[in-house]
Amino acid sequence: MNMKQYFQAASLQEAYLKMIESSGNSIIGGGVWMKLSTKKLDAAIGLELLALDTIEETTDSYEIGSMVTLRQIETHPDLKKLSSGILSKAAGKIMGVPFRNLATIGGSIMGKFAFSDLLAPLLVMDVALVFYKAGTMPLSEFLDQRKMNPDVLIKIIVPKTESHGYFHKVSTTALDFATLNLAIASGSDGIKMAIGARPSIAVRAWKAENFINRQLKPTDADIEQAIMIACEELKFGSNNKASADYRKTLAKAYLKRGLKEVMYGED
Amino acid sequence: MKINFVLNGLPKTWVIAPGEMFLDTLRNHHITSVKRGCDSTSCGVCTILLDGKPVPSCALLSIRVDGHVITTVEGIASEVEKIANHFGEEGADQCGFCNPSMALTVYALKMENKHATDEEIKAYLMGNLCRCTGYIAQHKAIHKYLGDES
Repeated sequence: MNMKQYFQAASLQEAYLKMIESSGNSIIGGGVWMKLSTKKLDAAIGLELLALDTIEETTDSYEIGSMVTLRQIETHPDLKKLSSGILSKAAGKIMGVPFRNLATIGGSIMGKFAFSDLLAPLLVMDVALVFYKAGTMPLSEFLDQRKMNPDVLIKIIVPKTESHGYFHKVSTTALDFATLNLAIASGSDGIKMAIGARPSIAVRAWKAENFINRQLKPTDADIEQAIMIACEELKFGSNNKASADYRKTLAKAYLKRGLKEVMYGED
Repeated sequence: MKINFVLNGLPKTWVIAPGEMFLDTLRNHHITSVKRGCDSTSCGVCTILLDGKPVPSCALLSIRVDGHVITTVEGIASEVEKIANHFGEEGADQCGFCNPSMALTVYALKMENKHATDEEIKAYLMGNLCRCTGYIAQHKAIHKYLGDES
């Protein structure tokens, strides 16, 4: 990535005004994937002076600043417990510690990376994004949008919903991108499932969730049915890592394990 | 543009270009203990400490070093001597290309988690590749260094 200028914003407003100034301007999160891009920027905008690198606790949520690193999420004592710690677990499986000390959650979300291991757990934890201009928006809505007006992501709100969580990443080696990743959460508001790196971006399996949440006492047959619905509603694709069929087979196996784990505590 | 920062205890003011990565900046200033391996944020040989935390300098924008404290292997000389001795005793050294980054990462691990288990050491060193002598000897050496109170 080339840039003509690096603009260190002194306020959120300054960052926003710079963003809307030109389509060639962009905010840089941790900057860890910058070198892999051939994009040319007029101005790279930095948010490092805006104190967006803290995780704050409120009565009903955790507010993660957009410049919080993956390592901070991985090691945060409360996030390590929330929903069985799926967010910390997912963050901790991305590359090595030095990488995670730079990479930010804001960059991971705004990049809409299809390989992201964070999006699936964030989706089932029902997080909301807070933008400077657009205000608060559920993550799923943000991911569904084709295009968004230029904006500045300020923080991510993670509700303190009690739930059992499951996260699994399938990858060839520890440092490789995921062949498939999935997250499940089971709380008082029902079961939620999301699958990413299919190889397209993580999405919720809404139909499968609706089905399983309608069952008063889900049986093994209901779980099988929910998995079938999920595999029908979600699109699996092929690339140099794996075929669509292989991904679907993985999804079936890990959805089953995950659902049993969150529902009956079975591994 | 200029950056002001502390390198191994000494204040520095360096001129950088927008978009310059700190690995390039360091090597342009002849700090060649910081190596370039993959240049795609995977191998870890360019690791430095930013405010005491290991980061890949190939992915760190130089402008973001402004106002911070940077440590390279030259800045922790006495610790490096201990690490080198333990590595030597266990026969965990070979070509030496990854040693500066390994020393910095192992030092950071000791600062963060002195009683790290094998699994924790493994997880912490996941991003540092190029261990041409294998892993067993290095794990033994790292355990000895973590327990080294000298």
